[in-house]
Amino acid sequence: MTDVTLTVNGKERSASVPPETTLLEMLRSKLNLTGAKLGCDVGDCGACTVLVAGKSVNACLMLAVQANGRDVLTIEGLATAEAFHPLQKTFEELASLQCGFCGPGIILSAKTLLDENPDPTVQEIKDALAGNLCRCTGYTKILEGVVDAARIMNGKQDAA
Amino acid sequence: MSDQKGLSIHDRPNSYIGRSVPRPNAKRLMQGRGTYVDDIKLKRMTHVVFVRSPHAHAEIVSIDKSAAETSPGVVSVVTGAEMAESCEPWVGVLTHLAGMKSAPQHCLAIDRACWQGEPIVAVVAETRAQAEDAADLVAIDWKVLPAVTEMRTALDPSTPVIHPDLGDNLCWQREFEEGDVDGGFAKSDAVVEKTFTFGRHTGVTLEPRAILADYDPGEEFLTVYQSTQAPHMLQNIIATQLGLEEHRVRVICKDVGGSFGIKVHTYPDEIATAALSRRLNRPVKFIADRLESFQTDIHARDHEIKARIGISNDGTINAMEIDDVTGVGPYSMYPRTSGIEANQIVNLVGSTYDIPAYRAKCRVVFQNKTMMCQYRAVGHPIAMVVAEGLVELAAAEIGMDALEVRRKNLAADDSYPRKSITGMSFESLSHHAALDRLLEMMDYDNLRAEQAALREKGIHRGIGFATIIEVTNPSPAFYGVGGARIAAQDGCTIRLDAKGNIHCAIGVTEQGQGTESVIAQVAATAVGVPMDRVRVLTGDTDVTPYGGGTWASRAAGIGGEAAGLAGRALRENILEVAGIMLQAEPETLDIRNGQVVDMADGTERLGLDEIGRVVYYRGDTLPKDFQAELVATKHYVPKGYPFAFTNGIHASYLEVDTNTGFVKLLKHWVVEDCGTVINPMLVDEQVRGGVVQGLGGAFYEECLYSPEGQLLNGNMADYLVPMAGEMPDIIVDHIENPSTDSELGAKGAGEAGTAGSPAAALNAVNDALRPLGATLSVNPMTPEQVLRALGKFRLSKLR
Repeated sequence: MTDVTLTVNGKERSASVPPETTLLEMLRSKLNLTGAKLGCDVGDCGACTVLVAGKSVNACLMLAVQANGRDVLTIEGLATAEAFHPLQKTFEELASLQCGFCGPGIILSAKTLLDENPDPTVQEIKDALAGNLCRCTGYTKILEGVVDAARIMNGKQDAA
Repeated sequence: MSDQKGLSIHDRPNSYIGRSVPRPNAKRLMQGRGTYVDDIKLKRMTHVVFVRSPHAHAEIVSIDKSAAETSPGVVSVVTGAEMAESCEPWVGVLTHLAGMKSAPQHCLAIDRACWQGEPIVAVVAETRAQAEDAADLVAIDWKVLPAVTEMRTALDPSTPVIHPDLGDNLCWQREFEEGDVDGGFAKSDAVVEKTFTFGRHTGVTLEPRAILADYDPGEEFLTVYQSTQAPHMLQNIIATQLGLEEHRVRVICKDVGGSFGIKVHTYPDEIATAALSRRLNRPVKFIADRLESFQTDIHARDHEIKARIGISNDGTINAMEIDDVTGVGPYSMYPRTSGIEANQIVNLVGSTYDIPAYRAKCRVVFQNKTMMCQYRAVGHPIAMVVAEGLVELAAAEIGMDALEVRRKNLAADDSYPRKSITGMSFESLSHHAALDRLLEMMDYDNLRAEQAALREKGIHRGIGFATIIEVTNPSPAFYGVGGARIAAQDGCTIRLDAKGNIHCAIGVTEQGQGTESVIAQVAATAVGVPMDRVRVLTGDTDVTPYGGGTWASRAAGIGGEAAGLAGRALRENILEVAGIMLQAEPETLDIRNGQVVDMADGTERLGLDEIGRVVYYRGDTLPKDFQAELVATKHYVPKGYPFAFTNGIHASYLEVDTNTGFVKLLKHWVVEDCGTVINPMLVDEQVRGGVVQGLGGAFYEECLYSPEGQLLNGNMADYLVPMAGEMPDIIVDHIENPSTDSELGAKGAGEAGTAGSPAAALNAVNDALRPLGATLSVNPMTPEQVLRALGKFRLSKLR
């Protein structure tokens, strides 16, 4: 067993896990954070996307020990007690998601993009979401949701 | 249908019908608080992993499970012979598909495996990892048998028969003929014949199939958490196969991570999981991994259709004929059977048009591949590719614009109700209005000018169309009449709580379409309360009225109508109480925005919270001979028409790279008529999602097999699904032609996108390639297929 300590959504969390345990498995099974999903287990679908040290990663492909000592943000930590993240707000208003299974991954991939590129083009958004499969929607409202969220974050538009 | 005691649901004050309100469950999903089956943990929970057949067809000579049984953490290792003591086999046939046959299917194979991936041995352990480790230790001695994989020769006398007791490999066949077919072809100026080929593809739900079964021997009660579209159907099936009464089985369906028709069937590993829980008296969880999804989720669309059309020089279609063969795997899927897709194709080809003569034949054959069954838009995309593909080829042959051919042969919008040549009843379709609207939206003339200008520069763009009809809101004519225990009716129980809020439990289910939203919209409107005062509950057989769940685009049209009827009944019950409290005639009162008001001028008289308080806590203040009833249940089953057919038209604009064979999708338009649109925002994206799934099948998705029946691309890297980057802008608009079969007038919208996008795309590719003399009649239209059509694919050079 290996001891792993992470700062997850701002709080230090530790668990003793077999060394082959993935970050996704540790989050879901040991820390009861089930927002990140297991969709394919090989990094194709993006449903397990979380942020490690601010970068989006496929948590199914990263071992828990590789994240040891680092900051991890999951979907559960994105909203504050007071407010949704702008992406969550626009995704809700536009019904950007349907079944919701891909949602945590898509929102976190989009957050990484907006953190690095506050004013992306639609093509840049498509590129940033190239690793996230949504099987329900036509992607249209997802792209609009990211565009609108960028606008809100840049203060170009009132949050309403 | 008018409301005697108030306004119809379309005229209610504060109506939510037709409003793009956000989904009530969206906030939860956005925070990662969705509860899918794998997110549930129960005390003493075990995990099952299945040892599956590595062969498409093989005899099980012996099974040695001794090493697995002593592996760490293992709870139980169960073979097919042992499982047969706990679970009855099933046979997937329907009596209204005359002559259909299939063999008994067990949840674990006993003597013989019939497809690669068929479950053979169940290994239950304390953790998934322990179960997987132990599964590797199960030693099975196989005798490999010849695999029947080629559907085209499955009926040849020289082909081995998969189930000798059945006599041959034919599951079902149908022949249909109406009108003077031979005469129609004889008098035609042009006859175009083509063989259309469709690859297998599958649903790829992002949440794999999943079940958690928890048997309590104390109460002899099985609770099943399942990712399914049809909880009551599964309750019945699980109870029946396990020898339990229905009231001893509860199916709970929380969030479902995509379904698309994949999760409405009887899967042997899921039934085995329920049986294992009963054997072990412990919770057992099964979550399919992605390889298992590809190998065991139902596939669809594996068809080859020889088809022809006869047309006169003035554009009149004189006759159509199809001959379809489809391979459906080794068993017909239970309980919907694997014959419906072929049956739909026979019914739907050409039925968009007013054609005088039609001959059709379909043969559904067994083979040693993954089972096929109903997936989103069952049969529609195939029927539309064939019919619309033929229409555009025929138009080119006689030198007439394909849209003019359509205008000439589409039944007039004012000619309904009418029947198709195959006898399907159409209440009211709007083909011509939809076509006109589409041309406005896409700026057709300018698009053609752009295409011509680019052609000069060697850029090959194409524009293709497809008219569609879609089967929605099925009555018992779909399955019930054939003996399947699949509910066509649905029910809604609605009640007022003590603080004046509305609780609404309904049999239709939510898999992301927005079912809970549209039910809340309808219920809020019917009762007369703000939507945030409505709580909708779906997916629990212990709580909701008996219903069919969500499939065949029935949730809004059938569930919505039940919610509307129940809401109105509750409003009447509330107003009866209010009339007593206010000493007024109930007919003079209404409920608006959560308040009892005077019907005439809207003056507020009483809050619903006050009604709740008095009825629930101070019934003593109401008259002695009056019992208040603040709950109402209503059911609805379509009676007027067997199906609520919808119609629509798609257009596709794309660019073909004639050097690489790659197709770039530029834009896609849809105009469809699903009757009353309850939530435009949800309907539009539902249509877009359908378009994208259709385009997946048209260009990317195919389950590839070796001649031995081995699936070659069972992962998301090799099986391509559409991602954001490949998809075009998709513009959606509607004609609203409500059904008069229900007060709400809603028809289904879930399949219109998938039904038409492959046909429009195929026609657009052919339009792009027409000057080059190339024609495609295959899905998926991979770069290889495009290059083949262009005569540029030479295998020897590539090797």
